[in-house]
Amino acid sequence: MPTLGSPGFNADVVAALPGPAWLRQSRLAAWERFVSSPLPSESEEIWRYSRIDDLDLGRYSPLVPGAAAPGAAEPAAAPGAAAAAGAPGPPPALGQLPPDVEDLLAVVGPGATTLVTRNGGPAAVLNPQPGLQLGPAGEASEERLGNGHGGPGPDIWTVLNAALVVVPWKAHVAAGCVLGAPVVIVHWLDGDGGAYFPHLEVELAEGASAQVLEVVVSADIDALVVPLTTLALGPGASGQFVQVQLLGPRAWQLGNVVSRVGREARLRCMTVALGGDYARARTDSVLEGPGGESELLAGYFGTGTQMHDLRTVQHHAAPQTRSELLFKGVVANQAHSVYSGLIRVEKGARGTNAFQTNRNLVLSEGAHADSVPNLEIEDNDVRCSHASAVGPIDENQLFYLESRGVPTPAAERLIALGFMDDVLERSPLQEIVGWLQQAVAAKLASTGLGTAPGSGGPGAAPGGPGPGSAAVGARSAGLGSGSAGLGSGSAGVGARSAGLGSGGGR
Amino acid sequence: MSELIVEGLHASVSGKQVLRGVDLAVASGEIHAVMGPNGSGKSTLSHVIAGRPGYEVTAGRVLLDGTDLLAMAPWERAQAGIFLALQYPVEVPGVSLLDALGEAYEASGRDRSALPRTLVEEAEKTGLDQRFLSRSLNVDLSGGERKRNEVVQLGALRPKIAVLDEVDSGLDVDALRAVARRVAELCRQAGIGILAITHYYRLLAELPVDRVHVLSGGRVVATGGPELALELEKTGYAAYGEDEREPAGGALGGGGRGLPPSRAAGGAPVPVQPGTRGRQPH
Repeated sequence: MPTLGSPGFNADVVAALPGPAWLRQSRLAAWERFVSSPLPSESEEIWRYSRIDDLDLGRYSPLVPGAAAPGAAEPAAAPGAAAAAGAPGPPPALGQLPPDVEDLLAVVGPGATTLVTRNGGPAAVLNPQPGLQLGPAGEASEERLGNGHGGPGPDIWTVLNAALVVVPWKAHVAAGCVLGAPVVIVHWLDGDGGAYFPHLEVELAEGASAQVLEVVVSADIDALVVPLTTLALGPGASGQFVQVQLLGPRAWQLGNVVSRVGREARLRCMTVALGGDYARARTDSVLEGPGGESELLAGYFGTGTQMHDLRTVQHHAAPQTRSELLFKGVVANQAHSVYSGLIRVEKGARGTNAFQTNRNLVLSEGAHADSVPNLEIEDNDVRCSHASAVGPIDENQLFYLESRGVPTPAAERLIALGFMDDVLERSPLQEIVGWLQQAVAAKLASTGLGTAPGSGGPGAAPGGPGPGSAAVGARSAGLGSGSAGLGSGSAGVGARSAGLGSGGGR
Repeated sequence: MSELIVEGLHASVSGKQVLRGVDLAVASGEIHAVMGPNGSGKSTLSHVIAGRPGYEVTAGRVLLDGTDLLAMAPWERAQAGIFLALQYPVEVPGVSLLDALGEAYEASGRDRSALPRTLVEEAEKTGLDQRFLSRSLNVDLSGGERKRNEVVQLGALRPKIAVLDEVDSGLDVDALRAVARRVAELCRQAGIGILAITHYYRLLAELPVDRVHVLSGGRVVATGGPELALELEKTGYAAYGEDEREPAGGALGGGGRGLPPSRAAGGAPVPVQPGTRGRQPH
């Protein structure tokens, strides 16, 4: 069990947070729910393989504006280090974020509507667009997170987020409005020892269409980050969402992305997890209107002793809905990853199509990946399948490249990056595909694997996430997306795999 | 002038002896064929030369210009000048020909900036659609396209000696001609020595061979000029003893991801029937 022994986590702290009356009430109500709920433990299936039992809330202090706060670094001066300063502090101007984040913003383009928050504090919106309202939420929406469909609900950390959020950001796109430029929200965190509750609500009214990029990024700080993102798609809406997690190597994340997809709406939702010490990212997609579609994607890459913990729920609550999930991950050094996914089809959700694929590449003997697919189907007239694989680099692929004269480390690097390309190329924001590929290549370079002999061994210290390493060889762009990277059920290197399976109604 | 020398080569797979003393030599500008029934050790020979894992060399030597290839990693052998065109080129998702050969060029100190142009030229000469050059290696390619792709790589890499493992399998007659013509050109113009392993005479009808070696039971049992291939075409392999099957699966590495060998079709020359009491070559 994680412990709640922190003087920083109490009703007084919650009550002292600034904001309008409804928000203060909503926080207190959420706090009551949080303290009256049991904290999760690894003995629960949904927390199995996680590190939740290691969580010590007492190590972190929720940041209260105006109060004595943990140290914070000036992003402009030293984006990688933490130093004493006020919190949440003024938001960094563009140009003051870490170089990899600046690069990412540059590829999205100068025309994007951009919001950069620092330690959850207030921030200004750059480049507003007609049809888009972006700013602090004007009303409570926390009850939406409840379990309206009797299915699996979001976890307890969404409740803690609602209790301790400083500014709940909300992007609302008016009915029928197709945004011309992407919306970018950056949560920059640099207060050492802090607990942070980034909060973003995206609401697309009927027939609206938008691209949203959310970046959760920190300095190298000891921090607990509990982000909550909700995506609500009205009838016929089209949402393209990417969340990029670039936390420092000591940060813990307990994140949730919860989407509700209305009638004939279409969501494409991607998570890219590169940073963090232990980083959990749960993705729930509730298909609540007939004809709704969700495409859920993720790419994760763990190095050093990182653990990426991904949980998904594809919840079909309406007929003729479709969900398609592809999560691909790489573990290197002593990293560990967990994927656990549930397809739940409610009675009456006839004509459901639900697909779930999880593939993991294990690059080092000390690395480990778990993959656990699950189906819960209450209706007969459905088509569901899941596939999962965990394994090392394919020997035949390796020999093929070597027989052309490609040195073994370079061949391994090409294969690993190619494996990830398969999912990265499907990014809902196509303009960031090249950035994502570079970020993954830099991550791989930090492992010491896949580089020329003598330029770093498997023991080389893994660096932070993000592109920019000169050691990464150039790669050509414009590859076609490949098919399956790993043979299902290939021998795991210290890995467990639930193998292939499919299920469905008769 | 280069020379590949195979001397008294013995090799086993999973404890089973497959090569029992193979001797042959291929020099620059020469085309040699190794023919033999299924299970005679043809593919094993090509894999052992290239260094594919899963084979144990129990005796003998493989030398390229006097250098012991067996002491080298597969990629080092390729860098030394050996190229293996695989019978079943595998799919490598997310890795393009340009990426792969770019790394090979870099490792040998060649200027990779010239590679895109080289690949386009080689693709033209081999009849491979250029759109395959930037797509994932072998993904969604037909058997014929895969073999043309191997020959494009041969042309771009320009090794000293190329081992072609059943480069004719899975090809229709047009593709077979295109592949054979380009291989012969590369031999003539770039001086690449060719060791073509095949079950069928039909490749040799398109490729002007200098020497033919008949492999049976893991040994070279006959060596001769092109007339030997013609004789095999008429009489089959029966005269050359046993027709032992290769061990299934495992180290031979197809792993189910390769293409099935084609039967001769569409006006191709009739394959040699290996005279094995009706046993088909797969």
